[in-house]
Amino acid sequence: MSHDHDHDHDGHDHDHDDHAEPVAAAVPAAALRARAIEQLLVEQGVLTRETVVRGIDWLVSRTPTNGARIVARAWVDPAYKARLLADAKAAAAELGIDAAPSAHIIALENTDELHHLVVCTLCSCYPRALLGPPPAWYKSNEYRSRAVVEPRAVMAEFGLQVPDAREVRVVDSTADVRYLVIPRRPAGTDGWSEERLAALVSRDSLVGVVDPLEPDLVSAA
Amino acid sequence: MTLAAGTRVRVLDGASIGHVRTPWYVKGKTGVVAHVQGSFRNPETLAFGGDGQPVRPLYYVGFRRGDLFPGTEGPALDTVYMDLYEHWLEAV
Repeated sequence: MSHDHDHDHDGHDHDHDDHAEPVAAAVPAAALRARAIEQLLVEQGVLTRETVVRGIDWLVSRTPTNGARIVARAWVDPAYKARLLADAKAAAAELGIDAAPSAHIIALENTDELHHLVVCTLCSCYPRALLGPPPAWYKSNEYRSRAVVEPRAVMAEFGLQVPDAREVRVVDSTADVRYLVIPRRPAGTDGWSEERLAALVSRDSLVGVVDPLEPDLVSAA
Repeated sequence: MTLAAGTRVRVLDGASIGHVRTPWYVKGKTGVVAHVQGSFRNPETLAFGGDGQPVRPLYYVGFRRGDLFPGTEGPALDTVYMDLYEHWLEAV
């Protein structure tokens, strides 16, 4: 079992790798440090190994599929979308998705006029209670620094060209709020079922670095 | 003090020692309050065994990206938004 997991204390789900050395050099050292800290906490009776294992299992039981279901429902049901924008955790709960341990979650709607891109420049804040652990690139120093300085170049590397007339709004998840992007519904999906639409919503589109998959990439269901 | 939506604010240019949730790149910069996110425990004391009290109002503040990173690429309409605690802001 790897011990260099992210943690989630008090619903404050971010890493503290802003205090660490550069990623490439620090991975073994960070893992050793985490293991040593865990061992001390267990020896001192602050927590048990079972607590740690259950925490990891809970975290990885959350997946981007949750986000895809939420987005697909919002695409087909304007009233649901309005509730999602007003209170994302309550809207998730309507679909049986329990994000209760999370920090405050806000859904950001992408439109023809406005494209949201989420980053956490300070560490790696992410809506883990909904989507599970963030992508590795999301935690990289490169993404964290470049997303605010040259977001359009970063998105282009992911394959997304945002038109110049559309505002790119980088949202830096600095504090007690976690952000989920509602991407634009792809053209050519009229009449699609919610389940089929959800298959278009990739993990990365929930962060805003790409749009959802094109309809012709998903087999007919 | 509660800052209303639309208030222009300058981010204080203070030190970043400890668990500070204000990125360096907005310090001293001017933005606009979009809305209040609510009140949350103060991370700067919470992270060090404190109770985080009193809670602090947290604001969703928008900046023009060109103001933060002059000379970088991209249309002038691009923005950067983030959540900032009230004790890091002054109305201008």
